[in-house]
Amino acid sequence: MKRFLLPLAVFVVLVGFLAAGLTLNPREVPSPLVGKPAPPFRLPQLHEQDKTFSPSDMAGRVWLLNVWASWCGGCKEEHPVLMRIAKAGDVPIYGMDYKDRRDEALTWLRRHGNPYPITAMDEAGRIGIDYGVYGVPETYVIDKQGVIRYKQIGPLDDEIVAKKVLPLVKELQSK
Amino acid sequence: MIPEIGHFALILAVCVAVVQGTLPLYGAAVGNSALMSVAKPAARGQFFLVLVAFCCLGYAFAAKDFSVLYVAATSNSKLPLHYRLAAIWGAHEGSLLLWTFILTLWMVAVTIFSKHLPEAMRARILGVMGLVSLGFLLFMLTVSNPFERLIPAAVDGRDLNPLLQDPGMVMHPPMLYMGYVGFSVAFAFAIAALLGGNLDAAWARWSRPWTTVAWCFLTVGIALGSGWAYYELGWGGWWFWDPVENASFMPWLAGTALIHSLAVTDKRGGFKVWTVLLAIMAFSLSLLGTFLVRSGVLTSVHAFATDPRRGLFILAFLAVVIGGSLLLYAWRAPRVGLGGGFDLVSRESMLLANNVLLIVAMGSVLLGTLYPLFLDALGLGKISVGPPYFDTVFVPLITPAVFLMGIGPIAQWKKASLPALAMQLRWAFSSSVVTAILLPFVLGKWTPLLSLGLLLAIWIVTTTVVNIRERVGHLVGNSLMSCLAALPRAYWGMVLAHCGIAIFIVGITMVKGFEVENDLRMNVGDTATIGGYTFRFEGAQEVSGPNYVAARGSFHVTKDGREVAEMHPEKRVYQVQNQTMTEAAIDTGLFRDLYVSLGEPIEGGAWSVRLYHKPFVDWIWGGCMIMALGGLLAVSDRRYRPAWRRERYEEAEALRSISKSVA
Repeated sequence: MKRFLLPLAVFVVLVGFLAAGLTLNPREVPSPLVGKPAPPFRLPQLHEQDKTFSPSDMAGRVWLLNVWASWCGGCKEEHPVLMRIAKAGDVPIYGMDYKDRRDEALTWLRRHGNPYPITAMDEAGRIGIDYGVYGVPETYVIDKQGVIRYKQIGPLDDEIVAKKVLPLVKELQSK
Repeated sequence: MIPEIGHFALILAVCVAVVQGTLPLYGAAVGNSALMSVAKPAARGQFFLVLVAFCCLGYAFAAKDFSVLYVAATSNSKLPLHYRLAAIWGAHEGSLLLWTFILTLWMVAVTIFSKHLPEAMRARILGVMGLVSLGFLLFMLTVSNPFERLIPAAVDGRDLNPLLQDPGMVMHPPMLYMGYVGFSVAFAFAIAALLGGNLDAAWARWSRPWTTVAWCFLTVGIALGSGWAYYELGWGGWWFWDPVENASFMPWLAGTALIHSLAVTDKRGGFKVWTVLLAIMAFSLSLLGTFLVRSGVLTSVHAFATDPRRGLFILAFLAVVIGGSLLLYAWRAPRVGLGGGFDLVSRESMLLANNVLLIVAMGSVLLGTLYPLFLDALGLGKISVGPPYFDTVFVPLITPAVFLMGIGPIAQWKKASLPALAMQLRWAFSSSVVTAILLPFVLGKWTPLLSLGLLLAIWIVTTTVVNIRERVGHLVGNSLMSCLAALPRAYWGMVLAHCGIAIFIVGITMVKGFEVENDLRMNVGDTATIGGYTFRFEGAQEVSGPNYVAARGSFHVTKDGREVAEMHPEKRVYQVQNQTMTEAAIDTGLFRDLYVSLGEPIEGGAWSVRLYHKPFVDWIWGGCMIMALGGLLAVSDRRYRPAWRRERYEEAEALRSISKSVA
């Protein structure tokens, strides 16, 4: 009898998770990093391997750090939004290519357009650990002092950009 | 008025479904023939009512009735008629109506082709299907009513998602749903057998054709969806391990396992409990797929608008249907008893191993799909699981399954001898290995995966040839042709389906190994060469379609100076939703596709252009179609024909043999 109950038990657990899933928004998560200085790093650039990129290069400016990868489906969804932000030029977006292969990442950018002045290459995903990258894409708003002010987990959309990201950027820029 | 008729028909259908889901089941339990006989007319009546509702919605689309919310949301006055009709299943509410309609279609099919079934069995099957249908009808009427009015009416509609305005998308959902819902028949058979306690070989024989037909539809449906992604999304990929794709792939894996397990139950009486569990699993995964797609618990490129009440309803429905059937399983299955025993090396054991591998592969897909949700629910954070996971987990699981596929049909039932098998297969094995190692060198490049893919494909083909020779060897006949013709169609169906897999594997392997792509900027008159083909860009013109404007590029393609094709990729802007779509131009060939798509315009008439040379890519879908054809061929075997026709056939056979012996 017991082993015949096993499928049911598995299913009950599954339903529990699905029910919990219904109450969650897959795109919203609080981050302990908000309000703390952005963890420092120095990583090679995607396009020019011998150059590097570090958050300290951005001191004195408000900027977005977008974590992406060519294998990530959500990034494809988000990409047009980033392209629009880059075109409008309100705030620069710097990319961090996460656990990716260089050739694939370059192809991806050629294909979908490149909104980033510079993309840093986190091939092993080490810096991702410091930033607590759960999933890709993620976007951080970092202020002039290098402090993370906002973290978006999952794709940005036009509504979040208009209601949260851009007003915050304006406020931080005026400080 | 017409939409209200549709709405009313759905309400009546609910009433009929209640009757169909209760009286026949009760009648079968107490042995009341009058109650059992309600099932057939109820099923047909329900079909008629849902058909009326379906036609009413179709009429609302055809007549551009923008006072119906669903019509206003998914069509537009400029949308051509055929896409307006396809828009019936272009979004949530209409998809559900299509789903329910197809379910009633299967019910009618059961009433027609079940004359030879015992009355109680038929009553139970239709009763269970009636209950499933009740759930979907209630879902529509409570939170997803396709006939909801919009007052005042919209001036014009918001248009169908441009991604769906495509012939492939017109056919993809109905095919997929025929498959999904088709598993409900196998499911209903299993539940009926559990209720009645008569899980025997006859039960398996009745279930087999239904399962196989559903599986064929699902195979075609998935192939169409993948083909659609290939040419419509414009980046030349054909499978993305997206949650929605996984949702259709999981029932396919379970269904494939079910087909093979049913074969054992039918022929040897074994695996009964396992077969029942697989039948429940295949349909449960179809339902789970619906839940995942429709409730928005997972993010996906196929994102649909989400309404928490809908998610809750489907979840409750899932819990009742799947939980109920698993409970029934736990209660009844222990009494079923075991089938005939078999040795460690036998066809049964290989089919079982294959089944387990398929189910584990299915489990790995399920885990990858739901993992982000699990972590999220446990408060461990959010992640997305990408193709790297699926590629690394799926390939090692499915490789031994394909290897066993070659041996299984050759091994004997009950007890096979390993040395004898090795003898039979030594040529097949050595020739596959040698070819797989050498062929890539001939093709110009050697990688382990390339070799592995070719090995598996050649292995399937060579073992199949060995198998056919064995089978023919057992027959005494005059000529080879008459011997081949004497083999049953079910056997040929299996051969064809397995060869379909081989063709499919060749397709994936060759595309992965040899595809060439080039992203470049092309001015008018520029040429670029890939894979031996020279593309000359002749410029792009403005053209306008019924509901879009487009830039239409012209490419002149030559090979060795000979003209091959004129290709016209388009970049369309659909005006209503202001959405840009890339329409790739594809020149299809047996051994290669040429694929051109337009990127972005650059000043001076130049464009960024993407060129692909994709060898053997069409074999991917060709293989799927051949698998489905194999399934259909197997279903046409005379052992599945309704009893009276088979008896007539047997009489004729008997007469023939008598006349022969007389002569």
